[in-house]
Amino acid sequence: MKKRFAYILPLLALLAASCKKDNYDPPQARLHGRLVYQGQGIPVEYNQVPFQLYQFGFGKVGPVSNTTFTQEGTFSVLLFEGDYKLTVPNGQGPFLWKKLPDGRPDSIAIKISGDQQLDLEVTPFYMIRNVNMSAASGKVTATFALEKIVNGADGKNVERVNLYINKTAFVSSGGDYSIASSQKNAGAITDPASVSMEVTVPALVPAQSYIFARVGLKLQGVEDMIFSPVTKINL
Amino acid sequence: MKKIFSIILLASMFAGGCKPESEFLTVDPTNILNNEQAFNDPALVLSMLANFYNRQSDFSTVKNWESMADFSESFPSQNGGPKSIVERNQWDFGAWSTWDYTLIRELNLFLQRLSAATKLKDDEKKRFAAEGRFLRAYYYFEMVKRMGGVPLVLEPMTWDYKGDPTYLQHARTTEAAMYDFVIAEMQAIRNDLPADVNVKSRASRGAALAMECRAALYAGSIAKYGGLTPSVSLPGGEVGIPVAKAQDYYTKSLAAAQLLITGTAGTYGLYKRNADLSENFAALFYDKVSNPESIFIEDFKLKSGKVHGFTQVNQPRFGAEEEEGGRINPSLNLVQAFEKLDNTFGPLPIKDGAGNPIYYNNQTDIFAGRDARLAGTVMLPGTSFKRRQVDIWAGYVLADGSVITGDDRGSQKTLPGQTQPVQVVGFDGPIHGKEFTAQSGFYLRKYLDPTVGSGSRGTGSEVPFIRYRYAEVLLNAAEAAFELGQTGVAAGYMNQVRERAGLIVPLGAGDINLGRIMHERRAELSFEGHIVFDQKRWRNAHVLWDGVPMNEADLLSNIGSPAKHNTQPYSLWPYKIHHPGSPTHGKWIYRIIKSPLVTGTNRFRLGNYYSFINNDIRSNNPKIVPNPNQD
Repeated sequence: MKKRFAYILPLLALLAASCKKDNYDPPQARLHGRLVYQGQGIPVEYNQVPFQLYQFGFGKVGPVSNTTFTQEGTFSVLLFEGDYKLTVPNGQGPFLWKKLPDGRPDSIAIKISGDQQLDLEVTPFYMIRNVNMSAASGKVTATFALEKIVNGADGKNVERVNLYINKTAFVSSGGDYSIASSQKNAGAITDPASVSMEVTVPALVPAQSYIFARVGLKLQGVEDMIFSPVTKINL
Repeated sequence: MKKIFSIILLASMFAGGCKPESEFLTVDPTNILNNEQAFNDPALVLSMLANFYNRQSDFSTVKNWESMADFSESFPSQNGGPKSIVERNQWDFGAWSTWDYTLIRELNLFLQRLSAATKLKDDEKKRFAAEGRFLRAYYYFEMVKRMGGVPLVLEPMTWDYKGDPTYLQHARTTEAAMYDFVIAEMQAIRNDLPADVNVKSRASRGAALAMECRAALYAGSIAKYGGLTPSVSLPGGEVGIPVAKAQDYYTKSLAAAQLLITGTAGTYGLYKRNADLSENFAALFYDKVSNPESIFIEDFKLKSGKVHGFTQVNQPRFGAEEEEGGRINPSLNLVQAFEKLDNTFGPLPIKDGAGNPIYYNNQTDIFAGRDARLAGTVMLPGTSFKRRQVDIWAGYVLADGSVITGDDRGSQKTLPGQTQPVQVVGFDGPIHGKEFTAQSGFYLRKYLDPTVGSGSRGTGSEVPFIRYRYAEVLLNAAEAAFELGQTGVAAGYMNQVRERAGLIVPLGAGDINLGRIMHERRAELSFEGHIVFDQKRWRNAHVLWDGVPMNEADLLSNIGSPAKHNTQPYSLWPYKIHHPGSPTHGKWIYRIIKSPLVTGTNRFRLGNYYSFINNDIRSNNPKIVPNPNQD
């Protein structure tokens, strides 16, 4: 019995010690920020617009972080300290990202040491301005203006606008993200400076006295939509 | 003296027992054949080929029912696992990807060693080489469908141990070059393959023509419709084909199809052996006796170790031969898409003009007057399998419209005005969330084997998986002809396929458009692994699966239109009327139901058009450019 203990104790001590030796501290430096255009945030669709962080010198190709912006257009990652590059892949997002002469997306070099805020200045194809939402007699009404930001060869035309409503604060087109929506195609928009849409609120089960809504703008040839901020409306 | 003698004796014994030192380690193994031995016996070469045939991959195959259950064409009746098909909102970028360069290398080695073989007869050698090249092209075709252009490696590469792997790293070829390769290989080898209709599980001239026809059609439509999604392309052409090439590909596709149709590869034809057109359509998949329709199949054989359990997992649960079944439940979306016999589309008649339910005497009456392929593809309520009627009904509807039903298969309750409990729900369901029951109101019929024992785990089924069949060649020919402006020719080919399905009112040249062709392929080829690749090449997948939830009005409008979105599977449940004294007592009504389990919507993103090439592959070979629109 005594002999057995004599083995076990040093073994346990070794195990306890090795735990500390073998493990890195978790990444602790936070990099966070949002997509902005002239100081105004750009909301996008939840889990659809990605950004990538690269760190060089570890032998493998590929991003170390490959995540998406939140629906408010913000991001936040925990990183080890070091040098990184951040980019948005080609063809992602309802905005123009700087490109290199050969067509590959440009990147931003970031030196991480401690917490850091980094706002990403981009040029959206359009902006949704002056959004006004209200609810009356079982309907949500939205009025807003569409302002074309990118003109010329890179400019895109409107395909449609949608008004989405949902029971939770996640609002976009997907299955869990809208309980009802209405749509207006480009042809039905007579004056982009003043668009008005409404959607009927369906029966809410279980009942709740408020609803979340936002407007989405789909452009021709761009997969991701531009959104207005999520608004909570009391019914 | 005696000692010396014994030493000499011992030494001489050793000397005699040993080979020369130089040969000491060169002993032929007794359990491994070397290349020379293996490639000099036709039976051994065939066994190597058998291994390669076995390793080809298909999407949507009878070996894996989950791969058939997606795309809102059906509802997966299982708790956990594949149920996530209806819970997720989008496909992973890595979905459908394949990257088996081990198979490619071994095929290349096979071809190299075969050409060095000395003792095989010339005609044997030619056929084996053609089969090896057929299988290599088959896999490259499978890769290009999913990944776009990939490194086209045609010789076995060997590592030189010098530490620099760059000479082994090949860049991706263009997507067009991949299709050109498949087409050119098929043209080169087809005359070395037997023109025999009965060669089905090995490469034949018919299989080569069918593959050429399909590959050229795919390339043609990617070229023509690539403009609809301009961002799905790469500057180097690894993804996307220039529009100028479309005409040429369609011409090649039509030519290959016509060679096959005119009988140069043997007399293939549509399967028409049964006067009951629905039974006939179902039988074309299980009848193995010199079936004139199948061209190239993956064969299975009872008691050989190569059987599959597709019937076992999909048979009707009531009276099944095993304690399972009913996995794939086709959706109402698919069921209602089958045409009426006057070539028009329409929802199943559930309500009359005033919104009152329509009462049916028999459960099957509602499906009357439709395309015979419906009952050949889907097991409808009230029809039979293995001479046992499927028991699909959801409960009793009382006079006041309320429903009496149970939450277990065939459960019993007492109806108002009665004293004895009676069965209030079918032994095959449907019951929400109850696996094995027909939760969408339907079971799958296609590929189910009516042989006794096919549904039991110990026996399994030997129904083959058909990779190429004559009806598809006809539809390929029709599509290629339509794209080349020969609408009359296209109508002719389509009418042959439609006539077999009971649609005897022929389509005229003016009726043919891409929407018709899309619809025809869905009706004829559903659950055969075509839908995702077809929608991808037409660049219609992001329209069809747009991620927008469906409602009932959506479901019932625009049936047959290619732009109709199809993001959530719907159900159709039969109910029995309990209203003693009323003329409707005992009749059937139907209700459209959306299962509460369907919480997700299918969204096909632009990045799904080509599968993700993962970072490991790209780390090992930096020459590989990533596919577009993926993060």
